[in-house]
Amino acid sequence: MEEEKNKMVRKELLRISNLVTSFCINGHYYAAVDGVSLGINENEVFAIVGESGCGKSALALSILNLHNKAHTKVEGNIYFKGKDLLTLSTEELNKIRGRDIGMIFQDPLTALNPLMKIGAQIEEALFYHASMNSRSRKKRALELLEQVGIQNPGLTYSQFPHELSGGMRQRAMIAIALSCKPSLVIADEPTTALDVTIQAQILDLLGRLQKEIKSGIILITHDLGVVAEMADRVGVMYAGQLVEIADVKEIFLNPLHPYTRSLFASMPNSPAGGRGDKRLPVIEGMVPSLLNIERQGCRFAPRIPWIPASYHEEVPQYHRVKEDHVVLCSCYKNFYLRKGRG
Amino acid sequence: MPLLEVENLKVYYPVRGGILGRVQDYVKAIDGISFAVEEGETLGLVGESGSGKSTTGKAVIGLARITQGRIRFQGEDITKYVGKNHSPYRRGVQMIFQDVYSSLNPKKRVLDIVAEPIRNFEHLTPKQEQKKVEELLDIVGLSPENALKYPHEFSGGQRQRIGIARAMALKPKLIIADEPVSALDLSVQAQVLNFMKDIQQQFNLAFLFISHDLGVVEHMCSNIAIMHKGRFVEMGSKKQIYGQPMHIYTRRLIAAIPNADPGRRKEMKGLREGVAREYDLKHSQYYTKDGRVYDLKKLRDNHFVALP
Repeated sequence: MEEEKNKMVRKELLRISNLVTSFCINGHYYAAVDGVSLGINENEVFAIVGESGCGKSALALSILNLHNKAHTKVEGNIYFKGKDLLTLSTEELNKIRGRDIGMIFQDPLTALNPLMKIGAQIEEALFYHASMNSRSRKKRALELLEQVGIQNPGLTYSQFPHELSGGMRQRAMIAIALSCKPSLVIADEPTTALDVTIQAQILDLLGRLQKEIKSGIILITHDLGVVAEMADRVGVMYAGQLVEIADVKEIFLNPLHPYTRSLFASMPNSPAGGRGDKRLPVIEGMVPSLLNIERQGCRFAPRIPWIPASYHEEVPQYHRVKEDHVVLCSCYKNFYLRKGRG
Repeated sequence: MPLLEVENLKVYYPVRGGILGRVQDYVKAIDGISFAVEEGETLGLVGESGSGKSTTGKAVIGLARITQGRIRFQGEDITKYVGKNHSPYRRGVQMIFQDVYSSLNPKKRVLDIVAEPIRNFEHLTPKQEQKKVEELLDIVGLSPENALKYPHEFSGGQRQRIGIARAMALKPKLIIADEPVSALDLSVQAQVLNFMKDIQQQFNLAFLFISHDLGVVEHMCSNIAIMHKGRFVEMGSKKQIYGQPMHIYTRRLIAAIPNADPGRRKEMKGLREGVAREYDLKHSQYYTKDGRVYDLKKLRDNHFVALP
C-alpha cells in the first residue's frame, strides 16, 4: 500500500501528447499511431501491450525520432525534461539518445555492430556522453558487464557479438543501454527472441537494475505474462490508439475495454480465459491493416458485432473510471464476452 | 496398440575436420529417446532452443536421417520407409510448420498447394480434385473462392489454416505440429488452437505437438515430454508434469513461465530464485559426469523421470 502511495507523488518524466506517426504509402500518409497521449513517471515501468501492427513499436521509435524521415511524419508533442523532443535537431537529439534515454532492441544480433567488439560498443556511448579517459571507460565497461550478470567480463569485453549466445547478447545490449544511467529506458520486446528460462533471468535483471538506477522504463511487449511480471502501469494499444490505461493489478483484475477483455480471455491458461480443455474465446475478424483502419467511431466495433452500434460513441472519448484507470469509448459499459464461438 | 512408437531414436550429425574432411566427432541432436503416441491423443514435446525437439519431429516424418532406432506405425516397423516417397507411411503422417511465410510456395495458388499431396497419392480428375480442395478449405473455415488466390493475399492465421488444410488432405492419422502458433498473435493463436482441437475430435487425429510455450502445451496436450540436450528429462501426464515436476530442469522451466497474476509477483520471484539456487547446487546430481541426462525411470503410472 505504501508503495502505491509513493507512486502518486512521483514526478512525470515524459509526457506524450496527441502523437500522430504516419507512414507514407503510395503517396498518402496513414497514421500508425493515431493521437496517443500518455505520461510516464520517474521510476516506473510502463508497459505498452498490443498485437502486431497496432503501432506500439512505431510509438517507441517516435520518442527518439528514429523513423526514416523521408517516409514518416511525426506530429504532436513529446516533452522530456522540459524540452519537446520532436522540435530538436539531430545534434541536440544525439546528446539525449544514449545518455538520458537508452534503448533496448528486440533482436540484439541486428542491433549490435557485428564488426565491433562488445567492449568497444559499450565504451562508444561513454565516449560521446561522459568525460572519461580510456582507462576509466574500460573499467566502467567491465563493471557494467559484471552488473548485467556476465560470468567472465574480461573475456566478453574482447569478444564479437557472434561469439555470444542470445541471452548474453541481450545482456550486452542492456549494458550499453544503461551505461550512462539514463533516466528513461525504452525496451522494445526485450525478451521475445529468448527462451523462457533466459527470459526470466533477463526480466529479473532489468527489474533489479531499474530499482538501482531508478529510471523509468517503457516496456513494449505482446506477452501478457511479461507485463504481469514487470509492469507498474499498462497501456493497451489497438489500431494506433491507446484503448485502456491502468495500474497493472487493476488491468488484470478488472479489465474494461472490450479489446482488453477479449485479449486477456484468449490467453491459454489465464484466469480469464479457457483453463484446461475448454475452448479459448477468440476475437472475431482480424486486426485491420494500416490501410483499412476504420478511422471513424470506435475502432474495435467491427470485431464485436453483437454489441449494438448505439452503445459506441461517435467520437470515442476517454473515460476516467478510477484514479488510475482510463478507458476509450463508452462501449465497455455494455460489453459482454460471447462464449463458444470461433 | 499405440499409433506411433518410437524406440531408442538417435540422430547424430557428423562433425568433419582436418584436410581430409574425416569425421572427427558427432553432434548428438537426439540421443536415445523412446515414446509412444496413442490414436487421437496429443503428446507435447517441450524444450528450449537446441534441445532437439524439432529434430525429433523431423526424424519421425523423415526429414532428418535416423542414425539408430526404430519407428513403428500402427504396429508395423516402418523405419526403412521413413523418408521414402509414396510409402503408405507418408500418407498417414503429415506435418504443420512453424513459419507460415516460408512453408507455402509463393508462386502456387492455394488450390495447387492443398492438392499437392492428393496428386502424389490419388489420381483424380481436375474436377474431383477441385471439389476435394474446396471441402478441405471448408473444414479449415476458408471459403471456396480462396482456392485461386496466392499465399501473399492471406493473413498469418489464414496461412496457417492453409498449411493445416494441406496436412489434412490425405486424412492422416498423425500430424506433427512444429511450433504451429509461435509466430501468431495471441487472438489468432486462440483461433488456430481451437480449430486444431476441433479437427482432432472430428477425425480422431493424433498430434505430436512441438512447442516451447508451456502455456500453450498445457492447453493442448494430455501427455508431455520435456527435452534437454537431445534426451527426455521427464515424461508424464499434464497433471504430473505441472503439478509435481520431479527433475530439476523441469522445475526450472516451469518456474520461468511468467505468471499472469501481478499480485503473485514476489512469490513467483522467490520461487524462481529458490529453484535457481537449487539448480546451481544440485545440478550435477541430475546429470552424469559428462553432462548427459540419465535414462528415464518409471516413478508411477505414466510418469517417468531421468534420475540416477
